[in-house]
Amino acid sequence: MTGTPARTALVELSGVSKNYGNVRALEGVSLEVHAGEITCVLGDNGAGKSTLIKIIAGLHQHDGGTLSLDGEETRLSSPREALDRGIATVYQDLAVVPLMPVWRNFFLGSEPRKGVAPFKRMDVDHMRRTTRAELLRMGIDLRDVDQPIGTLSGGERQCVAIARAVHFGAKVLVLDEPTAALGVKQSGVVLKYVAAARDQGLGVVLITHNPHHAYLVGDRFVLLKRGTMVGAYTREGITLDELTTQMAGGNELDDLRHELQRAQRPGAV
Amino acid sequence: MSAGTDLAAADERILQTSPLRKLLARPELGSVVGAIAVFVFFAFFADSFLRATSLSTVLYAASTIGIMAVPVALLMIGGEFDLSAGVMVTSSALVSSMFSYQMTANVWVGVGVSLLVTLAIGAFNGFMLTRTKLPSFIITLGTFLMLTGLNLGFTKLIDGTVSTKTIADMEGFPSAREVFASTLTIGGVGFKVTILWWLALVAVASWILLRTRAGNWIFAVGGNKDAARAVGVPVTKTRIGLYMGVGFGAWISGQHLLFSYDVVQSGEGVGNELIYIIAAVIGGCLITGGYGSAVGSAVGAFIFGMTSKGIVFAEWNPDWFKFFLGAMLLLATLLNAWVRKRAEATK
Repeated sequence: MTGTPARTALVELSGVSKNYGNVRALEGVSLEVHAGEITCVLGDNGAGKSTLIKIIAGLHQHDGGTLSLDGEETRLSSPREALDRGIATVYQDLAVVPLMPVWRNFFLGSEPRKGVAPFKRMDVDHMRRTTRAELLRMGIDLRDVDQPIGTLSGGERQCVAIARAVHFGAKVLVLDEPTAALGVKQSGVVLKYVAAARDQGLGVVLITHNPHHAYLVGDRFVLLKRGTMVGAYTREGITLDELTTQMAGGNELDDLRHELQRAQRPGAV
Repeated sequence: MSAGTDLAAADERILQTSPLRKLLARPELGSVVGAIAVFVFFAFFADSFLRATSLSTVLYAASTIGIMAVPVALLMIGGEFDLSAGVMVTSSALVSSMFSYQMTANVWVGVGVSLLVTLAIGAFNGFMLTRTKLPSFIITLGTFLMLTGLNLGFTKLIDGTVSTKTIADMEGFPSAREVFASTLTIGGVGFKVTILWWLALVAVASWILLRTRAGNWIFAVGGNKDAARAVGVPVTKTRIGLYMGVGFGAWISGQHLLFSYDVVQSGEGVGNELIYIIAAVIGGCLITGGYGSAVGSAVGAFIFGMTSKGIVFAEWNPDWFKFFLGAMLLLATLLNAWVRKRAEATK
């Protein structure tokens, strides 16, 4: 893998833009996703992260620029097509159906079947067994795959969704703020599974607004701000401090600090 | 969260709590408890309730509701309502009767045309729902009113009165009556054939729901539509299919209505849609979708049958029936909610 220096990226966006009516949501964004690497997309609320994800996941189509999969320029028309081409997306809140058992969720949309035409049925035993085995492989030991997935914790649910994507042979895993609603410990668990997916050779796109989480696992960093790309770095090209400063808006953070200090003074006297 | 900390004790715990938890987690548990209570109640207060002929009467009453409660329950699990279900039954009977009579065709031709029409009405409901994205309450309320008007209007236009002409002397009537409205004698007691239709529908629907891909999609569409779409479930097709299922149920019910009396009153069916929904809800279907069972809807219909006939056997004024039904609905829903909470707490 490392022997070929100019290998083609699994996903490559170059100069991609997207408009919603007359609102420009995204302008001139470029990024690369390679096998066995994690590309982090960082940005504040409204920076265009969700729009970017929806283009890669096939929910929306880009208006300008190019989207290439394995070096071939393309246009994804539906989430199904994206899935068929090996791009699995784990959304922050709509990854699963809470009332359904874990094993039904695991195979939702890609149920294995047995039997002949009018009596074709799901291979339930296989589904239960596989779910348990795949989750174990990711290091999640579930007591009961029949429990509704809504009874799992947020972190566990993310992990099930990640394990699902890995199982279905995803080449690219897109994660939408997997740690946003989680506590410190849970975030650590999720990041561990993200790294596990990377180690299995997947290309990962990690969307986050937390530079600390991004720097823990990321190989490439793309910074978005108000729909445009304000920076793209490899891990060698940036330190955590620089990333944090960039992310927080650099000079804006200094301004904010001054303002807050002044505001504190009257109370301290 | 706790999964990581006490893995060692995990297996032991499954063995201890699993059977009870599995039982409690069944969506129809609440309704079964309710059915037993109603049964004991009427066995105690109505002397003739425990006779075999009474059972046959109760089952017949349950089946006429149950046949429609099955597809309505599936639709509710899929997250939607169909308020046009009640009058669609009447439409089905009217189309069948009038087509055969006007074309002087074999009644089976009318039966076939009626199936096409009810499936088309279902497809229309589903199509409107998925296209306009309006709530199903509004869409099917519109269909309900339109069908009510069409039933009366067309019948008056063609036959001059509010009921259809008799088709009892037409070709194919005896065999169609055999299929949709005959009585089977088992051990000296007559059972209506609708009971068989009902049980068959429950079996097929349960199989679809629990063992097929379509069943998985129904739960998913009702539980979280957006998640289902995002993982590649054909949400639109599933929802249209569910509405067509209601059309299919309406076809069976409508043909039964026609062939048990040979004439159809065009104003019938109004209000029944709510009874189907009540049966599904008593049976444990979550009104917000994503949870429920076909067996539950059958138990709900059975409770309905026992109550409506039990009051007659107990020689009470049937005016009390609606009160009982309402009280039952509230109790069953509370019981279901409580059971589900317990089931989730014992995880």
